[in-house]
Order: sequence, then structure tokens, then C-alpha cells
Amino acid sequence: MAGLHKSEFQNPVINWIDSRLPVFTMLQKEYGVFPTPRNFNYLWNFGALAMINLVIMIATGIFLAMNYTPHATMAFDSVERIMRDVNYGWLLRYVHMNGASMFFIVVYIHMFRGLYYGSYKTPRELLWILGVIILLLMMATAFMGYVLPWGQMSYWGATVITNLFSAFPIIGDSIVTWLWGGFSVDNPTLNRFFSLHYLLPFVLVGVVFLHIAALHITGSNNPLGIDVKGPQDTLPFHPYYTIKDSVGICVYLLVFACFVFFAPNYLGHPDNYIPANPLVTPAHIVPEWYFLPFYAILRSVPDKLGGVLLMFASIGVLALLPWLDTSPVRSARFRPIYRILFWVLAVACVVLGVCGAKPAEGIWVVLSRIATAYYFLHFLVILPVLGKFERTLPLPESISRAVLPTGGGGPLPGGAAAKPMEKA
Amino acid sequence: MKILRNAAAALLALVVSHGAVPSTAAAAGSEIKFPPQIWSFSGPFGTYDRAAAQRGFQVYAEVCAACHAMKHSSFRNLAGIGLSEKEIEALAAAVMIPTIGDDGQPTERPGIPADRFRSPFPNERAARAANNGAYPPDLSVMIKARPGGADQMYALLVGYTDPPAGVTVGEGMYYNKYFAGHQIAMASPLSDGRVTYADGTRASVEQMSRDVTTFLAYIAEPEMEQRKRMGVKVVLFLIFLTGLTYATKRKVWADVH
Amino acid sequence: MADSAAAPHAAPNTGGAEVTKRDFLKLVTAAGAAVGVGAIVWPLVDSMNPAADVLALSSTTVDLAPVQVGQAITVMWRGKPVFVRHRSAEEIAKAKADDKGRLPDPMTDAARVKPGKEQWLIVVGICTHLGCVPIGNRSTEVRGEYGGWFCPCHGSHYDTSGRIRLGPAPANLAVPPYAFEGDTKIKIG
Repeated sequence: MAGLHKSEFQNPVINWIDSRLPVFTMLQKEYGVFPTPRNFNYLWNFGALAMINLVIMIATGIFLAMNYTPHATMAFDSVERIMRDVNYGWLLRYVHMNGASMFFIVVYIHMFRGLYYGSYKTPRELLWILGVIILLLMMATAFMGYVLPWGQMSYWGATVITNLFSAFPIIGDSIVTWLWGGFSVDNPTLNRFFSLHYLLPFVLVGVVFLHIAALHITGSNNPLGIDVKGPQDTLPFHPYYTIKDSVGICVYLLVFACFVFFAPNYLGHPDNYIPANPLVTPAHIVPEWYFLPFYAILRSVPDKLGGVLLMFASIGVLALLPWLDTSPVRSARFRPIYRILFWVLAVACVVLGVCGAKPAEGIWVVLSRIATAYYFLHFLVILPVLGKFERTLPLPESISRAVLPTGGGGPLPGGAAAKPMEKA
Repeated sequence: MKILRNAAAALLALVVSHGAVPSTAAAAGSEIKFPPQIWSFSGPFGTYDRAAAQRGFQVYAEVCAACHAMKHSSFRNLAGIGLSEKEIEALAAAVMIPTIGDDGQPTERPGIPADRFRSPFPNERAARAANNGAYPPDLSVMIKARPGGADQMYALLVGYTDPPAGVTVGEGMYYNKYFAGHQIAMASPLSDGRVTYADGTRASVEQMSRDVTTFLAYIAEPEMEQRKRMGVKVVLFLIFLTGLTYATKRKVWADVH
Repeated sequence: MADSAAAPHAAPNTGGAEVTKRDFLKLVTAAGAAVGVGAIVWPLVDSMNPAADVLALSSTTVDLAPVQVGQAITVMWRGKPVFVRHRSAEEIAKAKADDKGRLPDPMTDAARVKPGKEQWLIVVGICTHLGCVPIGNRSTEVRGEYGGWFCPCHGSHYDTSGRIRLGPAPANLAVPPYAFEGDTKIKIG
């Protein structure tokens, strides 16, 4: 039997498969007994929630695509037909539409959790960068998906966002014409956006797989931000975290259902129920809420190219974060100053979101400039400097000592154990 | 838990700030507020008032349909406001639908329930030509396409007044309190007694506006009643499942804490 | 980190009553989740069934007046061709005579038309073998050895009652549900 995997499963069918293709052993190792820090709080649910959300989006998307027509003269009508005539078409469409918002809510919370607990720090730099790539893919997918109903916001959103590329000198206009496949956003643009909107989620699945693979090499971070020291610090993923994630999934679905069934258009924009009209721009165009902070950064710069570059830089800076934050301590729980600044950053992001929704005039311009300035200051100046000077609180000796009532002993005095980056 | 609470607060702030967007959008430049009305179909348990919607259909058919298309809806959709199959067949048969005859030439045939409501003009250019250059928009999703929804539609229909002193209204335009810029190309479509209701309801402008708005709300969201009914069941089920899952979680974790 | 994968974990408490209660709770929760997943899957599956606008067009009315004796027309019903044939007295007689003949799918001619309207034969124009459209609806086309229709795909012959007589097709041409709405008007579906 040389060459066969030595499977430990008793069930003969599972054993037969597992000996030849050890998927069950892998599942058991990665999701069954996988040693997971025992002190996760509910914020650690959001990775699983994002997974579920991606599955929901792909499932509803595939069935919507069966009834959608990617043509400039028929797209709007085909969406209305889905809403009116297709069995449960309204449900699929509202789930997909609100699912995009839910996805960003979940992923933004997931990211802020990472920021708070220093999940991006060594050895999880690549894991974090893969996350930034996932965010970029999500943004591209969401943007192209929003174009598909071919309403006024679809059309003008596509026009404004693709025009961002015209900011680049010399080649800018050629890029935009290439993106459009014509001299304005039109049928060729809609067609290619549909094609890419169908493709990118599967690329997303691939990157998510890498994200999880990387996670399972380094192991998860935890609210204390200290490394796992041994088996007493961990629990098997199943049943402890499968059930804890299930609680989160139920609550998430509850929130999701409230939007879908009782306020399906709350997060959308009424102008998108007006068919696209290349001759009239709506009076007040705004992107979907999840792009508002980036939109505010774009508008806070009075220069076209500068605004575009700054907007892309706001995501790019996240990819550099593992090296910008110089503090050896991960969790904000032990970083009194960083903890405050984290909330300042969160407020700055919310302020940017609000400013992005308001007309670019008066106080909103001033506010968005202040918030943008803080955003970059936070990552580029404060974090590198703060890491050198901040007096961190003493770290607990181990996870089990900190969280188990019988584990005895609190934090060791005098920061004696403050070697958080050491390998378990 | 403190983190969770703070995060929730931040999220709430984001949602609330976004919620403020539509009203600002409506107000941008014009500062128009639409007086909130009480609708049979608002709220998580709201349903369409069948009698009002049927009267509203009469207003649509006798007044609005002269200029406005409603191309995403069909006669058969009238079943949703309580019309019987026979009534719908009769209504459809009374409307001549453009088609291509056996000789290949355009002709007309009596409608069937599966037909879409007949558009008054063959295309947008014809519509503009007949309406002084203005295009009467399609009404299928009108209620969803305006930030004020049903309130805005109602306000617009009852909002025709004489222009205030000092305001001159352009040629072929009409003054309306609730239209952005206050000048609208549509003349006041309703006047007291414009239609005669079969059920004896007095056809005041307010009554007709309210009825036709109810009808258009149904046409914009024919799935709403099914959606809300299903929503109540789904939410109750999820609350039950959340409780169950949380109890299981407590049990599983009991020996760890 | 990877080393600790094989390390023993805090084993769950295995006390008697405790376990039974927990297992029951787990079972109920899992059942609830299964119901939920089923409820999520159904709308996806059902969205592939015919939509309301498709169902609304599932009947067609046909005016028979222009169809002369011996002629046939093809009308669309649910996206499929339906043959409407105005049979001559001779064809009807032949079909009736064959009621007692050798029929792979025995059925009397009377059962395939409406009483008093024997001249009108209405069948779905799809060969019961593999779904081709048989020829013979025009008087100029080959009508096969039995004077009805002939399917050129695999050589099935149908008689003047639309019954299969020769060839690989297993069944007679289907008679769609229809009713006379007037003397020369039918509603199919």
C-alpha cells in the first residue's frame, strides 16, 4: 500500500477516499483539532462571517445571472423582471444587493479588529497583505456589480470612477477609452463589467484560500496579542469555535434579514431606479456607503491626480502597516496611547464616510481634509514613532494564566514577560 | 465586550449618518421637506389598502395613463390589489395592444392579462414631441426612484398652487410647492371630481392623490406583502435558532471556563 | 505552533446526565440549522422554474376560420410548435378505420379530437422519439406512409390522427389541453 495516505478514519468509504486524497484528514487537521487560542472574543467571528457572506454572494449571483441580460437596452428591464416575475427573484436580488453592504460591514469590522489587536504584526504580515488584496478585489467586484442594473447611479458611478484613470498624465485618456471600449460608458462597458463581475469573486475565493492557508501556518492572533505557549493555551477548533462562530452567524443573519425583508433599499440610492441616461447627471451623486471614506479622501485634494493618488495610497498604506507599526506589543489592550489613537482613527474614518456623503462644500471640505490628514499621519508618522516611545502595560505570562480562573497568577510584574513576538 | 460596544456605536453612527443622506439629497439646493403621511403599507406589517389601490388604478387608467407608461407591469399584476381574473380579462380586452398583423403591417389586437400596460407613446421622442419637449417618466418604479417615496408622490400631486408673489413661471411650466426648482412641466393632473369612483368615495384631489399613490406603491413593489410576511417568519426563526445556538455554545464551553 | 497540533487538548467533560442534555441540545440546534439551510436553498432552486410572465403566456388562442380543408397550420404554444390540421372526410375515415389496426400506442381517433369537431386535429408538433419537428404539415411536404406526418430525423411515420405507426418513436403525437371557445376558435393551454 505504499504511496497511499495512512488514514485513521474508521468508516470504510471515508477511509478509502482519504487514503487516496486526504481531504478528510486535512479538514480534521485544519478545522477539527486545529489548536486555536482559547481566549477569542466575538470579534473573531468576523472572518467566518465574511466567508459565509462570500458564499451567499456567489450563490445568489449565479442564480441572478441566469435571469440577467447584460445589454444597455435590456439590463434595467431584466432586473425589474427579476424583481417582479422570477420566482423569489426579489429575494435573490435584495439578498445580493444588501449582501454587498453586509460584506463590507463584516470585512471592515474584521479589519478594525486586526488593527486593534495588532493582527498584522510579525509573523502575520503576509496574511494581512493578502487581506488588503481581498479588500481591493472586493471593491472592484462591488463597483462593477453596482453598474449592472444600469440605473442612473450605475451609469454615473461607472463614468466618474473610470474617469479617475484619466488623471494619469499622457496615457490617462487612452486607459479610460480602453476601459470603456468606446468613447463613453456604454454597452461594451456593461458587457465587460458583467464578465469581470462574474470572474472576480472566484479570484476572491482563491485569495481567501491563501489567506486561510497563511493563517493556519502562523495560527490566529488573540485578544492578548501574545503567542500561544503550549496546549494549555488552545482549544480544538471544533466544537469550541465552530459553535461560537455559529452564534455569530445567527446574529449576522438576523441583521441581514432585517435589511432584506424590511428595509431592502435603505442602503441603496433611489436614483438607481431611474434607467441610465447619458444626457442627464443626477443632482447629487454619491457612491455606495462603503466607498464613502475613500470618496472623501479623493475629494479632499484640490488636484485631480493628487486626489486619485491619495485615494489609492490610503489602501496602499495598509499593506505597509506591518512595517510602519514599530511596537513589539500587538494588542491595544497593553498599549494605552495606541488604544486612544485607534479610536481616533476609527472616528476619522467615520467622519470621512459622512463627509463623502455630503456635498463637497463648506465645513465638509474642511472636515474631510482634517480626517484625511489624520488618517495618513496615523499610519505614516504616529505609528512608527509611537512604537519607540510608548510605555506598554505588562503582558501576561501566557493565555491560560490570563484567562483561566484556576490558571493562577495575573500579569507578571515589571513587564518581565514582555517578549510577545517570541515563537511558541 | 467594551470593544464590541464601541464598534457597534461606530457602526451605528455610520448607518445613521448615511440615513441622513437621502433627505439631504432631496434638500440639496431646494430645501424641500415632504409632509410625512400615514400609509397602509408602511411599517413591518403594512399591507396595501386594496380599496384605495383599486381606486388608484382607476385614477391611473383615466388620468395618468394618457401620458405616462408603466411598462414593467402587466394587467395580470392587478390580481395583487384584489381584482378577479374575469375583471382583469375584461380590463385588458378593452385596451388595444400594438402588434404585427399576418400581413406584416403594424396593427392592434385586444389585450390579454399577460400584456404589459400599454405605453401611451411608441418611444421617448414621440412622448417629448407630444408634451412640449418634456418626457413623462415611466411610473413602474416611480415610488422607489424618489428619495421621499410615497410621501413625495403625494406631496407633488397636491402641491400645485399659484406662484408666490414675485415668482414668474416659465412658458409651459406650472408652479408646484414640492417639485425641485418649483417649476414642473406637468399641469396639475387632478381636480376635484376628475374621476367618478364606483364605490361612492368623494373624488377630492387629496383622495385621488392618496389612492393613486397607494396604487403606484403597489406597482413599484408588488412583492412587498410577501416579503414582509416571509420576513416576520424568517426573523422569528432566526431568533429561535440564535437562542438555541447560544444555549449549545454555553453548554459546549461550560467545562472550559 | 504546528507541533502542538497533535498535543492533547482539554478533554470535554464526560459526565453522564450532562452529556445527554448537551447532545440533545446539539441535535436540536443542528436540526434547526438544517431547516434553515433548506429554506435558503429552495428560493434558489425555485428561481429556475418558469417565471410569472412565462406562466402568464402559457395559453394561446387560435382562430381556425382561415384554415381550409386539407390544410394545416403551425402555431406556437409554450415555445413549441402545435399542428392544427383541418382534416378531410377521407382522412377522418382512414383514421377511424385504423383504430383497429396495428398501433404501437393504441388510442382511438375519437379520443384524440373533440366530439363533433372531428375535422380539427390538434397535436404538439414534436416527435416523441427525440424531439425533432416532423414534416408534413404543408400539403407539399412528405407525409409518410400513413398520410399524417413524417419525422426525417429517424424515420418515424404518423397517421392522420397523429398516431405513431412506424419507426422508433414510442408514443403518439401529444394532444395538448385545449377547448373550443367558439365554432372556429380554440384556446390551447
